[in-house]
Amino acid sequence: MSVPFVLFYIFAALAVVSALAMILNVRNTVASVMSLVVTMVSLAGIYVLLAAYLVAAIQIMVYGGAIVVLFLFVVMLLNLRSDEFLPARQRWMKFAGALLGVFLLVEGLRLLGGFHEPPPLPEGFGGYRLLGLSLYTDYLLIVEVISLLLTAAIVGALILAKREID
Amino acid sequence: MPVEVIVKTLFILFVVIGALAPVMTWTERKQSAVMQDRIGANRADISGITVLGLLHPLADVVKLLTKEDVVPRGANRVMHLLAPIVAAVPAVIAYGVIPFAGVYTFGGETISMVVSNADWGLLYIFAIGSIATYGTVMAGWSSNSNWSLLGAMRASAQMISYEVTMGLSVVGIFMVFGTLQLQTMALEQDTSFRILGFLEYLIPGFQLPALFSAFPFVLPKWGIFLQPLGFLMFLATIMAENKRPPFDVPEGESEIIAGYFTEYSGMRFGLFFMAEFIEVVVIAGLVTTLFLGGWTIPWVSTAGFIGAVTPAVGEGVATGLCVIVQFLMFMAKVVVMIWLQMSLRWGLPRFRYDHVMDLCWKGILPLSIVNIFVTGALLLLVGDAS
Repeated sequence: MSVPFVLFYIFAALAVVSALAMILNVRNTVASVMSLVVTMVSLAGIYVLLAAYLVAAIQIMVYGGAIVVLFLFVVMLLNLRSDEFLPARQRWMKFAGALLGVFLLVEGLRLLGGFHEPPPLPEGFGGYRLLGLSLYTDYLLIVEVISLLLTAAIVGALILAKREID
Repeated sequence: MPVEVIVKTLFILFVVIGALAPVMTWTERKQSAVMQDRIGANRADISGITVLGLLHPLADVVKLLTKEDVVPRGANRVMHLLAPIVAAVPAVIAYGVIPFAGVYTFGGETISMVVSNADWGLLYIFAIGSIATYGTVMAGWSSNSNWSLLGAMRASAQMISYEVTMGLSVVGIFMVFGTLQLQTMALEQDTSFRILGFLEYLIPGFQLPALFSAFPFVLPKWGIFLQPLGFLMFLATIMAENKRPPFDVPEGESEIIAGYFTEYSGMRFGLFFMAEFIEVVVIAGLVTTLFLGGWTIPWVSTAGFIGAVTPAVGEGVATGLCVIVQFLMFMAKVVVMIWLQMSLRWGLPRFRYDHVMDLCWKGILPLSIVNIFVTGALLLLVGDAS
């Protein structure tokens, strides 16, 4: 087995184990959030093995760095107790989760069936150059629409927050 | 290839970081002493020999290692023990993409003096920097102390805010050099440019007098001359990321004892301290590479240096000499940047917390966006003239 394969299994195992730890650890919300960080970072490791370097960097910066820190911030601010999050309270969530799990399993098996050797990567694949070019040429309209949407969301959040203060 | 990487890694660990980080505890004490009109650290001695107080780092290590390692009652033990490690590791591994010398050819083999020549080098540093927040937050939360928790909250808010502005403040540099790879950026800065040279490009047929091609009108093509505003903003934001004074609100002694590491003792406290010092070295290296030309010698390009020395000693020795001189140049610039950080640390009082946030969101963020626009417009106008 080559080094990338070994690394893949390490990162994959880490991602799965920490994801499970996040869900099953209902007693300690902060530890749960920290497991989420491990999941995010190991996913970034898998992206690097897939030659998607930019996505890996952004995965760590945006998900690992910014978003989960915000989660952590909120959890620490509220200082949640475990009894407020007992899973028994929402029983239908379990059924929905099980249904979703079956769906994912079927989907995953279907994907594995069509597994084949990847084609050779084009020059500069996964770098910021190619991604930037396609974002600002082929997908320009979508990028602009998303930025408009985000601006609207920010303005909306600001107005809501200000109304509370005033 | 792996051997080369291991050698470079060890070189960075023992020469670049290993030599600077411990001495910096001494430097900091000495500098504060000078600035506060005291004599300063000079008491630690081995049978009467004090070596200007240089034995203090040694005494520190002995003291920290022999202190009791306390985990407070009610603390989350695992996280309390892990937090200093999580804080220290990102500081060390960030150095992997910072070049400490240039790219050289030895008998047909090209060697780039950087551990990883990753195409996304600067993004890697930002990613590592965003992970560094967790050490602080884990330390503050797991200590089960209100002071620690307050410190952790302040730290996390400050660090996410400044990450955003840190990224935006160097976009101008990406645009000017057209790359995210730190070695390529340093290579781009390995030339000089005429300050008024763009006039020849803008006005067809216009020739500058020969006077303007000489010393005071020719500058090394460093980031600081191309992006002066970017330099100031980046220095401010990255110093805020490191949480050292004047941005040390997460550990403001007058308000919250020692912030997130109030409950730490012994070498675990020492690790936080070490992480901070290593980060100072990393910041110095990063600012040097982005804005001060990295390992380049001002006004003398690599090819020029090797070309001038080769007739005397032969090409192989000339290249070797060039490696040494450029590495020393890099270290000299790093030391200057460390000195600047220390002077700012002792020269400025602590910000008030809301001022830190105002500076980030109302000061640097709009300025950095303006900087990006102006840089883009200038690049469109005179981008091809260099």
